[in-house]
Amino acid sequence: MPEPVLVVDDLHVSFRGPDGPVPVVRGVSFEVHEGGSLAVVGESGSGKTVSMLAVLGLLPGATVRGSARYRGTELLGASQARLRAVRGAHLGMIFQDPMTSLNPVLTVGRQIAGVLRAHDRRLRSAAARARAVELLDLVSIPQPDRRARAYPHELSGGMRQRVMIAMAVANRPDVLIADEPTTALDVTVQAQILDVVTRLRREQGIGLVLITHDLGVVAGNADRVAIMYAGRVVEDGPMTATFASPGHPYTRGLLASLPRLDRRRDPVPIGGAPPSPSSWPTGCPFHPRCPLAVDACREAEPDLVALGDARVACSVVAAPSHR
Amino acid sequence: MRRYVLRRVAIMPLLLLGIVTMVFAVTRLTPANPLVTIVGERNLGNRVVVDAAKRRWGLDRSVPVQYERYVANLTRGDLGTSFRTRQSVGRDLSDRLPATLELTLAALVFGLVSGVGLGIVAARRRDGWIDHLSRLFALVGSSMPAFWAGLLLLYVFYSRLGWLPGPGRLDPRAVTPLRRTGFYTVDSLLAGDWNTFWASVRHLAMPAFVLGWGITGIVSRLTRASLLDELGADYVRTARAMGISERRVVAGHALPNALLPTITIAGFSFAFLITGAVLVETVFSWNGVGSYAVDAARSLDYPAIMGVSLLGGIAFLLTNLLTDLTYALIDPRIRLS
Repeated sequence: MPEPVLVVDDLHVSFRGPDGPVPVVRGVSFEVHEGGSLAVVGESGSGKTVSMLAVLGLLPGATVRGSARYRGTELLGASQARLRAVRGAHLGMIFQDPMTSLNPVLTVGRQIAGVLRAHDRRLRSAAARARAVELLDLVSIPQPDRRARAYPHELSGGMRQRVMIAMAVANRPDVLIADEPTTALDVTVQAQILDVVTRLRREQGIGLVLITHDLGVVAGNADRVAIMYAGRVVEDGPMTATFASPGHPYTRGLLASLPRLDRRRDPVPIGGAPPSPSSWPTGCPFHPRCPLAVDACREAEPDLVALGDARVACSVVAAPSHR
Repeated sequence: MRRYVLRRVAIMPLLLLGIVTMVFAVTRLTPANPLVTIVGERNLGNRVVVDAAKRRWGLDRSVPVQYERYVANLTRGDLGTSFRTRQSVGRDLSDRLPATLELTLAALVFGLVSGVGLGIVAARRRDGWIDHLSRLFALVGSSMPAFWAGLLLLYVFYSRLGWLPGPGRLDPRAVTPLRRTGFYTVDSLLAGDWNTFWASVRHLAMPAFVLGWGITGIVSRLTRASLLDELGADYVRTARAMGISERRVVAGHALPNALLPTITIAGFSFAFLITGAVLVETVFSWNGVGSYAVDAARSLDYPAIMGVSLLGGIAFLLTNLLTDLTYALIDPRIRLS
């Protein structure tokens, strides 16, 4: 297996709250290999986006602990100048809402050219513009030279998301972090956007971190999956194995809540609501909603332990008696 | 866009007619007698003189006839003759307009540049000492009446310290530069007369500061607030995530968006400048339209009042148009609709 390009180890993020610090991410670890892909799945508020923003140093005001290394270079606590050189050049990121994530007063060509020139000062503006048009072509935007002169409001949501992708891959990053890239889009457009991402990944060998709450998006677009709950990774493993035999009760619940065409059974929702960062439950944070919970779950928070090819943080399924 | 501008320009005469009609009505309803100015107080009892003056200035006609005549003359570009200066009002205004324009433009440039600059610094160093200082500066600037600030500055910097020259556009004995644009600064430069240029800039400094101070205040606070808003926007996060430098994020991405509300205010503040100019010109003996307006109002000089109002109206309409055009220039979303 090739060396990991991005290694995140025991990441903690907390924000200042009215009653002391609010822990939003509590010990998240994952790695992305060259050309590999990882899906980070979880409900809103599980800490997916915050983890990624923390890695890129884009969370002013938050307290970040742990380690995030890009090709051996520590990113947490690095100077803004150093982080700036990594962001957009080695680690690209695209965001959920393409309506608000592009600057309304600049043409998309200019925005892409800006990203190019931010990392290559010798690049002339004419050359940057020409390259911007190529990039628009790369993300399958028709009439790229005309579209380069368009403003974001003149493009559809899918087009804008393609523009975002073009910006993020403009400097050929090693890793593309896609934060809910299709959530704000129509279903038909979702598939097109995922196709573009997958194609770029194959053609350019870009590693992918796909953040989503939609397991349907994960299938076929990632080779590994990490399930997050309450600011922690509760299960990680190869995508196919995890989907075939989910270990953690939460993962099972997520899969059971998906409508499926190949089974004669209605989707089953997970009861209850996800907890809030200001009041995590004691013990295993999932125990109030867990069908398998026993008394011990209320007391100690389980760590990730190996279970077949995967790792699962659940003391019930990991117990020898359960296997 | 061109059609929009043409439409805006096309309705201007109608709006100006409205202004003329209203000012005409208000001046004629004022319970005072313009004849005091025309014939002088001593002659008010002299029927012969009064009747002759009334006939001479058309005041013997009914008000509707006076109005009709005024509008008819106006369409020929004739603004009438001032009761007081006995010169054509058009001539009076064009003599004095450059002085006012020079003053207001200097004030506007000072207000906008210093306001936007202070706003940026205050937003970047939020709650730092510059932020607090600029808040105080803004508060004082927008709450202190211009005439009072003017008198105060004159007292300190002219009378006490002697750092800046006193009232007037140049020293009383100085030779005014050959008139080309009517702007002393520009004309003296065109004539290559550096001494006069420097003197006119020094004379301009205090009144322009006093007049622009209020704008600095409003613009700096507004720029700070909207820049802080924009710096929290999604597209700014995108720009940062793409590795754009913080300087470019502020100047190239957030600022153009943040300036949109500022432009609106800058347009409005022109009205503030017009009224402010009346007071500042009086305090600084600035021989412009503002002091002309004050003299005209004092002596109920009908044609002069009408002329000044009309000029103010035109200036206001043009500024509004210019504001909208600038807006469209910056924000492409407005350009289309």
